Amino acid sequence: MKVLVAVKRVVDYNVKIRVKADQTGVDLSNVKMSMNPFDEIAVEEALRMKEAGTADEVVAISIGVQQCQETIRTALAMGADRGILVKTDEELEPLHVAKLMKAVVDEEQPGLVILGKQAIDDDCNQTGQMLAALLGWAQGTFASEIKLGDGSASVTREIDGGLQTLDLKLPMIVTTDLRLNEPRYASLPNIMKAKKKPIDEKTPEDLGVDTAPRLSTLKVQDPPQREAGVIVEDVAELVSKLRNEAGVI
Amino acid sequence: MSVLVIAEHDNAELKPATLSAVTAASQLGGDIDILVAGSGCGAVGEAAAKVAGVAKVLVADDALYANMVAEPLADLVVPLAPNYAAVLAVANTVGKNFMPRVAALLDVSQISEISAIESADTFVRPIYAGNAMATVQSSDAIKVITIRPTGFEKASAEGGSAAVESLAAAGDPGLSTFVGEELSKSERPELTAAKVIISGGRGMQSGDNFPIIEAVADQLGAAVGASRAAVDAGFVPNDYQVGQTGKVVAPELYIAVGISGAIQHLAGMKDSKVIVAINKDEEAPIFQVADFGLVADLFKAVPELEEELKKLPPA
Repeated sequence: MKVLVAVKRVVDYNVKIRVKADQTGVDLSNVKMSMNPFDEIAVEEALRMKEAGTADEVVAISIGVQQCQETIRTALAMGADRGILVKTDEELEPLHVAKLMKAVVDEEQPGLVILGKQAIDDDCNQTGQMLAALLGWAQGTFASEIKLGDGSASVTREIDGGLQTLDLKLPMIVTTDLRLNEPRYASLPNIMKAKKKPIDEKTPEDLGVDTAPRLSTLKVQDPPQREAGVIVEDVAELVSKLRNEAGVI
Repeated sequence: MSVLVIAEHDNAELKPATLSAVTAASQLGGDIDILVAGSGCGAVGEAAAKVAGVAKVLVADDALYANMVAEPLADLVVPLAPNYAAVLAVANTVGKNFMPRVAALLDVSQISEISAIESADTFVRPIYAGNAMATVQSSDAIKVITIRPTGFEKASAEGGSAAVESLAAAGDPGLSTFVGEELSKSERPELTAAKVIISGGRGMQSGDNFPIIEAVADQLGAAVGASRAAVDAGFVPNDYQVGQTGKVVAPELYIAVGISGAIQHLAGMKDSKVIVAINKDEEAPIFQVADFGLVADLFKAVPELEEELKKLPPA
């Protein structure tokens, strides 16, 4: 079975972002960019399937600017076999990404597509579900465990209040949650090897997908700031203030 | 044009977050209809009909919808959507799962987790874990929206008298089968519905130490939460997690114990009315958002807090 994994280039999760003064967006100049953390989990899961013999090829796809190639290289250094870059300078919405990925799935015919549950930049949490809808496939979102079976897979999902297990028909879409696995680091020899692995480049035009925007961002602002309050001396003072000043206990 | 709100429920009760979605719908204008999709969910339909401001309740009562699995639920909602200007659901794990499927089948760009509505086509939503707020305008004919319940007041659960209509089930797409659920059993309120929450962080050192927090929770009738650091360290299960990658909460009182205040945690609780921080590190960023800070060893302060609360006369 071929497994396709989606990897997004995002601002590194350790970076404290800054909103641009003209409110047009978040300042991305000279900011460290990395693979979306949930996508690292997706790559790791695909690699474990290959190591277990249930997957025979792992293909990493990224969609966006030329530098997304670096994100694909990271996936290749972790152990993916080859990459696909759908190159565009347009700002894409999850619906567009899902349509582009559907076109690639139609060409590649993977048995499983694994994506992160959400990207830590736009926090949309949509692409996997949309791709499943467009393909008419089942979706195992927010997965904490995947057990591949014959023609179907059992996926345990993180839901409010606990865990839910579904039996889903293959081919299918999985989106990863935090506890699915702990992604590996790429070793130096594997980073060197990754440089020789092939990355195929395409454009939205090649794939025949219209990426005209449906949403326009009117402005991006800092969130309302909370004022720091008071430091209390001891527990008795805390309880007294909560009772008499704040009136919340 | 009217707005369709998808009810959040457990087949027995209408969840309060649905009331926040009704308020959001009222800000869009037009009639408000509620869809209750479930199994044996008649009581939920009746509760939905009593919500103030609701015109009509559609009840799809079928085993197919018992667990609100995405594939059949999306196929139920999609044919209804063209009758509405907007389809709204709560951004919980059910809404986050099926709504993008609905949006894609309608060829619409979803607007996720909005926290405010500026007009019928313009919405405010947090990005970068709440470190920035984006105002976005949608040009799609049908708006597909998930809402953050903390951004909207709850509509009144009483006073309405909407018509209740039953809706035939759509077909089973045959893609997914529900196998089972493992829900954390707790006598305490759910995190997203609790008026008071007490959460522990990495400073708790071990899951074995959480009972000192639970004892305070029992005094306050509070829910127990945790930071991602505490969850990742295996102290407590993931469904305790408050933060960008966990639950977003806004209780009357939030007590953060041994939590440093990482950005991702703050994104999940900074809308709380009153925030208390107990941490031995006075430099911890959590103190910058706390209304009341106590710089102390939590293993001493938390049991003391329990004792003080026991002594407190009823309000």
